[in-house]
Amino acid sequence: MHFQPTEDQRALRRAVRELLAARWDRTALRAALDSPASRRSGEEDPARRAAPASRGGDRGRGAGREQGGSTSSPPLDRELWRVLGEAGVFSLRLPEADGGVGLGLADAAVVFEELGRALVPGPVVATHLAAGLVPGAATGETVVTAAAGALVPWLDAADVVRGEVVDAVAVRSVDPLTPLHRVRPAPPDPVGTLLTAAEQVGSAARTTEMAVRYAGERTQFGRPIGGFQAVKHLCAGMLVRAELARTAVYAAAVTADPVETAGAKLLADEAASGNARDCLQIFGGMGFTWEADVHLHLKRAWLRAEMWLTADRAEEIQAEALALAL
Amino acid sequence: MDLTYTAEEEDFRARLRAWLAVALPTLPPKPSPDDWPGRRKYDTAWQRALYDAGYADVHWDASPTLRLIFLEETETAGAPYVGANFVGLLHAGPTIAAEGTAQQRERWLRPILTGEAVWCQGFSEPDAGSDLAALRTRAVRDGDAYVVTGSKIWTSHAEVADWCELLVRTDPAAPKHRGITWLAMPMDAPGITVRPLRTLAGSTEFAEVFLDEVRVPVANRVGAENDGWRVTMVTLSFERGTAFVGEVVACRRTLGELARTARANGRWDDAVLRRRLGRLHAEFAALWRLTQWNVSEAQATGGVPGTGGSVFKLHYSHARQELYDTAAEVLGPDALDLSRDWTLDRLSSLSYTIAAGTSQIQRNIVAERILGLPKDR
Repeated sequence: MHFQPTEDQRALRRAVRELLAARWDRTALRAALDSPASRRSGEEDPARRAAPASRGGDRGRGAGREQGGSTSSPPLDRELWRVLGEAGVFSLRLPEADGGVGLGLADAAVVFEELGRALVPGPVVATHLAAGLVPGAATGETVVTAAAGALVPWLDAADVVRGEVVDAVAVRSVDPLTPLHRVRPAPPDPVGTLLTAAEQVGSAARTTEMAVRYAGERTQFGRPIGGFQAVKHLCAGMLVRAELARTAVYAAAVTADPVETAGAKLLADEAASGNARDCLQIFGGMGFTWEADVHLHLKRAWLRAEMWLTADRAEEIQAEALALAL
Repeated sequence: MDLTYTAEEEDFRARLRAWLAVALPTLPPKPSPDDWPGRRKYDTAWQRALYDAGYADVHWDASPTLRLIFLEETETAGAPYVGANFVGLLHAGPTIAAEGTAQQRERWLRPILTGEAVWCQGFSEPDAGSDLAALRTRAVRDGDAYVVTGSKIWTSHAEVADWCELLVRTDPAAPKHRGITWLAMPMDAPGITVRPLRTLAGSTEFAEVFLDEVRVPVANRVGAENDGWRVTMVTLSFERGTAFVGEVVACRRTLGELARTARANGRWDDAVLRRRLGRLHAEFAALWRLTQWNVSEAQATGGVPGTGGSVFKLHYSHARQELYDTAAEVLGPDALDLSRDWTLDRLSSLSYTIAAGTSQIQRNIVAERILGLPKDR
């Protein structure tokens, strides 16, 4: 048993982090946030665009959605998408014979943790799941979204939509970088659930770092606020949540066990939203502003918590497992 | 990242499991929690059985993974826990093994392994609990002995112990962490008075120990004079590392029994309660994985548990209390029946956020040593 990241996994993490630092840094994030389309996001847009045809075997975007309003989306960064595709983010688990990287679920968990940490926008999980099934998904040329639970992100911007989205209704999305539609709940995909949980863990670790850094720099009463136990204990609690969730996610990635995956999602959701909340508290008034990135982590965490597998369902799965073991 | 065990590890597990299946049915009935002589006899007999079967030194010599398997299997099979041997096997023993001289290891280690010697821990004092380094029990050198005067508290198993791992102040002028020395004190030395303390669970787990000019030979000092703090940290990092492995396994089993009870008494139909049980199932599964994670890390770094133990202890101690509070909800009026194990365990769980470093101190440790936040004060 060597339940620690391998050298290759550490190298993979470094490579993805460096790639994102170069291609999706804070400047890029804030630019996307401040784009005119993004600022309009959530407002009623009566001038809905027509839906182009699907490029894959699945339903093309927009099909059947005759009812309800739409929203103007923030632009999906297709260049970033191609960069992620070239880096192998989408083709990671595809066999080498099929043009993929041939890695496993644990490697993918490490990569998606980094995507979550950097708040990469777009349906990264759905496109990853579509690699090998939808032409162009593996390389990032085709943007694929999917009905994940009762929500579909980036429905208008995606090239291909997987799942049942006939009655999709536009939602004023709480996350400024994720346009949303509501659909009838779809059964959760275990890999989608796990990789979303990995994104949550990345976000939880990132907000812990942000809080610790801020607590070390911000002074009040003549000393860094990180010297106060009340602040220190919030930070310690954040680390505990993030570490427990990370271990759960890695273990589920190794075993691919559906019950363990549900538990990992439960703990990862709690870590991401709980840590973003505590981070906001430590940032104080600054945390409540649009300028600080904290709210972006919190909103994305809330959104991911609703995707694929929700807390109530995850808890019921755990309870069922308990009952079955009797 | 992988969770599979090697062929040798699986072989160890299989042999241990087979031995437990034969050994456990021969055990005498368990003594009552307050019968300390009975408990000592029971626990040391089990230790002797482990020794004869070749498993006694698993806590010291085996790889962290084998130790993990040992604790997992013994707990799963319902074998006795280390009990009265706890301090010797998990505190004093590892400390002497790491820091003692060849002579000291020769003298003290084997009796711990065979169950002949029971140890207790003389660390805490009335004014030095979480702030352990504030201890005041004094030792003054007099020829070939230290003359020790002071008092200790929360001394587990003091009533039946042969030896005490004792922290004393040997240099009152030095900064508080620098003037401490680690001694092995024979509990039959003149000048020692043991007064059992009754816990809120009604049991006498630990005692007050009063020391009045007790002579401890200088030869019983482990490590250098005034270097006792460093020696002690070896022990504490061990405690926070793998000491709770068996308990996590036990909690997972308890959770299963709780689900069975809830199904039988109809409480399972309460969705809020059922979901709470489900959440605990996920948390204890994750705590088990965190244990494996920490053990893998310890194995990779040469066996010394890292600060990850504090992360574990913080979550575990709260989850354990949550588990028994949830048990009380499942059991209803039965939760007030003191003759039930549940009730005693629920009361005992209250100590977990206090013992071995309170949760507040653990959070300081995590914040300062792992996250690098400024020191308090």
